[in-house]
Amino acid sequence: MSEHIVPRTTYFGVFGALLVLTALTVVAANINFGKMNDVIAMTIAVTKMTLVLLFFMHVRYSSRLIWVIVASMFFWLLILLSLTLTDYTSRDWFGANVGGIMSRQ
Amino acid sequence: MATHAEAVEHGHGPEAAHEALAHHFDNLEQQREAGALGMWVFIAQEVMFFGGLFLAYLIYRMKYPTAFMAASNHLNWKIGTFNTAVLITSSLTMAMAVWATQTGRSRRMQVGLMAATVLLGFVFLGVKAVEYHDKYVDGLIPIAGWFNPSPELVAHLPHGVTVGQYQMFFWLYFAMTGLHALHMIIGVGIIAPIMWMAWRGRFSPEYHSPVENFGLYWHFVDIIWIFLFPLLYLLGAHFTAGH
Repeated sequence: MSEHIVPRTTYFGVFGALLVLTALTVVAANINFGKMNDVIAMTIAVTKMTLVLLFFMHVRYSSRLIWVIVASMFFWLLILLSLTLTDYTSRDWFGANVGGIMSRQ
Repeated sequence: MATHAEAVEHGHGPEAAHEALAHHFDNLEQQREAGALGMWVFIAQEVMFFGGLFLAYLIYRMKYPTAFMAASNHLNWKIGTFNTAVLITSSLTMAMAVWATQTGRSRRMQVGLMAATVLLGFVFLGVKAVEYHDKYVDGLIPIAGWFNPSPELVAHLPHGVTVGQYQMFFWLYFAMTGLHALHMIIGVGIIAPIMWMAWRGRFSPEYHSPVENFGLYWHFVDIIWIFLFPLLYLLGAHFTAGH
């Protein structure tokens, strides 16, 4: 068996880090940083996701093939988000009547 | 595994192969990797499934930032924080259940860790049910005819914010957390037979794919919540304008 067994201490360490990061994001959300609130919240969320992916989901110890699947998962999500937003964010360029959904009320 | 290697050499002797080895795999390692790969492809598909909702959230939130912050204030971030901690703990117990099968611990320990995962899942869903009920009482169920916020709420809407924009936030809230909760309910349904298998002593360091792949599913559901929590609950935590 070439399967890597993650030691218990790693799981407990990741669990502790996830709880600390949760507390951190709650504290940060209760302070007004303006636009930076979103940046802070998403940075912490991505960090938590990475910890879960690498250790709880064993990606760190998985084959290259699994890495390809995980990378393509993010790549396709990026296509979904970015290409749709290029449409919505550019509608205002042609005047409000074209259906400028990004124009703020 | 020596007996199994012999079986392969001597032409797939079924009597010597591990009982969990399907005939179309050469060995358990190949079977395990194929199963994990299939599970990851499924998760990639799930990311696209939830991705559409995250995209809808992103677009409407960019269009109505003030309404979304104000509407987010109707969610209790303290309850959300509690549920986040519950879900993270359930991910730990699930990771430990996988570890218990990988290292050949007692079936009592395997089942116990999975039962703890299910129990924490039920705590999460119970809290969610209470939250949904609160929204029902406040008239914030975003279905036509049901959406009926109190006159007091309507009178105190921030400048330029309409009731319809509020309704869109709650539509996304129910769609995203509802789909997430549905995944947890399905998860509990899937882990039940796996717990039965564990109780029957089916899992060992050689064979534990069902536990491992269910773990991937459960952790994925945890990751979705890791994003829903700040986007829905924490968004309005510091918002005071218009109040």
